[in-house]
Amino acid sequence: MCGIAGLIHKGKSSNVGGEMTAMLQALKHRGPDSTGYAVYGEPNAGEYVMRLKVAEAEDMDKGHGVFKMLEDRIATVENIMSEHGVTVRSKENATPYAVRYVLTHDGDTADLAEHIEETEGVEILSLGNGLELIKDLGDAADVAGLYGLDGFSGTHGIGHTRMATESDVDIKSAHPYWAFPYNDISVVHNGQITNYWIMRREMERKGHRFMSDCDSELLAVYTAHNLSNGVSLEESLRKSIDEIDGVFTYLVATKDQLGMAKDTMAAKPLVLYESDDLIAMASEEVAIRAILPQEIDTYDPCDEEVRVWQA
Amino acid sequence: MASVTDAELKAMTQEERVTALGMRTEQLTGKSLYVEFDPDAEERFTYPWAPQVDFNKRTEIDTDEMTTTEVNSKIRALMEEGYGTIVLKNPRGKHSVGVGILSRLNLIIEGSVGYFGVGLIDGPNVRVNGRVGWSCGENMMSGTVVVEKNAGSTFGAAIRGGDLVCKGSVGSRTGIDQKGGTILVGGDTGALTGFMMQRGRMVFCGNAGKNLGDSMYDGTIFVGGEIQSLGVDAVEAELTDLDKAWLTRKLTQYGLMPEQGVDHFTKIVAGRQLWNYDNLEPHEKKIVL
Repeated sequence: MCGIAGLIHKGKSSNVGGEMTAMLQALKHRGPDSTGYAVYGEPNAGEYVMRLKVAEAEDMDKGHGVFKMLEDRIATVENIMSEHGVTVRSKENATPYAVRYVLTHDGDTADLAEHIEETEGVEILSLGNGLELIKDLGDAADVAGLYGLDGFSGTHGIGHTRMATESDVDIKSAHPYWAFPYNDISVVHNGQITNYWIMRREMERKGHRFMSDCDSELLAVYTAHNLSNGVSLEESLRKSIDEIDGVFTYLVATKDQLGMAKDTMAAKPLVLYESDDLIAMASEEVAIRAILPQEIDTYDPCDEEVRVWQA
Repeated sequence: MASVTDAELKAMTQEERVTALGMRTEQLTGKSLYVEFDPDAEERFTYPWAPQVDFNKRTEIDTDEMTTTEVNSKIRALMEEGYGTIVLKNPRGKHSVGVGILSRLNLIIEGSVGYFGVGLIDGPNVRVNGRVGWSCGENMMSGTVVVEKNAGSTFGAAIRGGDLVCKGSVGSRTGIDQKGGTILVGGDTGALTGFMMQRGRMVFCGNAGKNLGDSMYDGTIFVGGEIQSLGVDAVEAELTDLDKAWLTRKLTQYGLMPEQGVDHFTKIVAGRQLWNYDNLEPHEKKIVL
């Protein structure tokens, strides 16, 4: 089933972390397996935020030696970063397997990202100026608590509560997906993509990498591919309705935009609320009401509807 | 069919044989099971176990801190006490509010409800001042539901009777599998509206999305605005004076009458090209032949 939610404040920052947690917690019944956030903070000029995981949550049960393995992997990553001339401004570990770096780098971040991912077991969850991508097993309150998300200030964000249907319950199959290796782009999806393998092979032939077998990852790769070819976000969303088969409603966030697309059957729900300073959307109205308790006007987007909002 | 021997079966005609095997051979016309409501039959109006309620006895429930189950149980308990007018405050998008009410009741919902709102009802008059989510009034049997704002997809899925009204716009697959009753919408409707509808009427004062009335067996759809495309076997029919009179009456009743009247409505019915009904399913045929 899965639940998706997104919100964007126009021209101002707000407690996006807290708001997304309230929305996703209200959608817990749509998917309790894992919860993910892609929230966009205020970027500091020249600084990048990189979040990566060096193991799966379940690897922590392997016992003796696992911490040594994680330390080795982190050390390898840090070596690669220094090889690329990266200056690490700060480093945080919310969990032993999830690391957040604030860094400065003058070179090609795509090249850096590809090099880092050559390390076994390491996946970059996100890289960008404003994007912070957090995902882990459990509900929204668990994940927000673990990663200290309440009070996170930003302009916009998207989130996902997952009911695993097509692939495993693990962090690599959890949403959102970062559009590797393009900075600040993330995707959440509710639905099933039926031409996943055809499209995946096509994308792989074009040189894109897949980290999981989750069909939703395709949407991130597909979006990244389009954007890298100079296609606008709105065009990419529109093209996807023709080119991707199955039932889907998905949200894409970039540094300053938030977009949505709904498949030709309108088979997956989304409720929209629009006002002059805030746009909120979720699989169910109950999530929007978690942050806007007063009486509001909402509506369901139609089939093949594509919308893009600017922060 | 142990009671019939092979020898006996062999001696029978095809007609007797399938009857002996417990299979129906009557022509399925699509209307054979229709029972006209008889207004003289008093006992059909209410269920014998339905509580006696008084519409003048009014109460309110603040649903803010309650779960759906608590709200629905509370409605039942209040009906047992004889309350005939119940107002729900602060539903805030709760799912499955007011489902399964099988007797007279005046239910007023002040706010918006989530999925499956007032589904499986038989009798109550419901007014929702906000918006409803997916599958509002699903499988309703009788009564009226009036939604003041927009509604989600599958509005009135499989309804069998009553009037289901949305003054705003609705999502996709409105009235999918409708088997009776009336769906009235003041605004637009999405794709695949009236998919496989079997009986009843739908009225949309606004536009309709693509594949309107796809694979409809029977029933009628009236559209005031543009139709993006018709579905398989949905065809336009002539708007008769009887239709106009009915539309005028229904739309006036709910305050949805368009300024320009009802002459511009397009009437859509089944083209009957898909009416290839057979008496037996293919696997049953195999057993007989």
